[in-house]
Amino acid sequence: MSRYSAINLLRNALGGHRHWPVVWRDPAPKPRYEVVIVGGGGHGLATAYYLAKHHGIRDIAVLEKGWLGGGNTGRNTTVVRSNYLNDESGSLYELSLKLWEGLSQELNYNVMFSQRGVLNLAHTEHDVQSLRRHVFANRTQGIDAEWLSADEVRAFCPILNFSPGARFPIRGGSLQRRGGIARHDAVAWGFARAADRLGVDIIQNCEVTALKREGDRIVGLETSRGEIAAGKVGVVVAGHCGVLAAMAGFRLPIESHPLQALVSEPLKPVLHTVVMSGLVHVYVSQSDKGELVIGAGADTYNSYAQRGSLGIIEGTAHALIELFPCFSRLRMLRSWAGIVDICTDVSPIISKTPVAGLYFNCGWGTGGFKATPGSGFVFAHTIVRDEPHPVAAPFSLDRFTSGAIVPEHGAAAVAH
Amino acid sequence: MLLLHCPYCGPRWEQEFQCRGEAHIARPEPAAEASDATWAAYLYLRSNPKGLHYERWQHTHGCRRWFNVLRSTLTHEIVAIYRPGEPKPELKR
Repeated sequence: MSRYSAINLLRNALGGHRHWPVVWRDPAPKPRYEVVIVGGGGHGLATAYYLAKHHGIRDIAVLEKGWLGGGNTGRNTTVVRSNYLNDESGSLYELSLKLWEGLSQELNYNVMFSQRGVLNLAHTEHDVQSLRRHVFANRTQGIDAEWLSADEVRAFCPILNFSPGARFPIRGGSLQRRGGIARHDAVAWGFARAADRLGVDIIQNCEVTALKREGDRIVGLETSRGEIAAGKVGVVVAGHCGVLAAMAGFRLPIESHPLQALVSEPLKPVLHTVVMSGLVHVYVSQSDKGELVIGAGADTYNSYAQRGSLGIIEGTAHALIELFPCFSRLRMLRSWAGIVDICTDVSPIISKTPVAGLYFNCGWGTGGFKATPGSGFVFAHTIVRDEPHPVAAPFSLDRFTSGAIVPEHGAAAVAH
Repeated sequence: MLLLHCPYCGPRWEQEFQCRGEAHIARPEPAAEASDATWAAYLYLRSNPKGLHYERWQHTHGCRRWFNVLRSTLTHEIVAIYRPGEPKPELKR
């Protein structure tokens, strides 16, 4: 498979772009793999990539019930940042952010990672104290964070609502300049292409229907494309993790909810950064196509339906025009929902399970996209060594029994 | 948008309510004697089914009272609504 480079682009241009090779193969499943990853989203593909790249395992399959990146990888609002509160979270998301910074080169695939900054707004005295606390926490963690006064926020993003009559006046904000956005589909495709190159079989339209055990050990899977034996199985299925856990005979501290988002009609460049507000509850950035990508909230009810209620969208629209009165005449193109796996302490689970050889990576809830490379990196280690990667150790399932939970409820302002 | 029949107020639109999670989770008694695993299961573990789900709702912007709902998490169809303390409706398979 040819590398993407200026020379190859030129060579293919001369051939009318008719001779580009397929980006990844479409293999039939083999009867057995050393490691099977369930879930062909960003996290699953990243896990397979790092297994092959760093741990020398080439006998790997990624099983995807639909198409690559068709779940939450293709449904999120593409925000990347690492400004959480707890040290455990800081280590995990900062590991991921560092991987993002070199990801396009690493994968030889342009994931369009744009470090345009992430601005969290403070509207009340409590917001000010909370966000300043985050800034200080992030600095002790070695993560870049700045506090901006109201005037500095206004200079940084002048289209925000600074009118004297604003219902939610802006009193300042925290800024992570290294944060930003990336092209979500490209992340799935880039990891898929790079993993395929290392010999990983990516098998789409292959739904897992049962997990096969011998005693306390996993030995394989039943799928819609036949039985597959496996030495180890890593499950990375986001909203459906509870369904897979039920197949394995245990429950998780997780509930699945719809999380909605929407995009506007395309505009000329108007918003150069990511703006979030926890108080009015909206987050927004502008894509390279010009659309505003707007993150809404999670519905309160459990659902697997990939749709939510209109009230959430309405509330988000209210919040958006409160922050940006100039957006009030914008038309929205479409809205959608992804099914997110919200963990009780709003932190992920990267863990061994009660079944030997079976590993779960789930609970990323409303904020998994930013963690894609880091999640795959630590999960690959966890699978190979049969013990958690040091950065993933605080995120084991046993934290719910020991009480050492990693509460990130208020930590992320609005979006994770 | 769901239409919920509050057992106290009648049919109201979903915006008046909040879903409060899985119903029929009994607190281990006596709590002081529950093992860590039992207590963790009570606090954190959820069935999270794909299909029919027993759940609690609160009429937050109405009477503020709580009630139980049997609802599909796949179609959002509401199968039954009943008051706390009433027996849980059996699933017809």
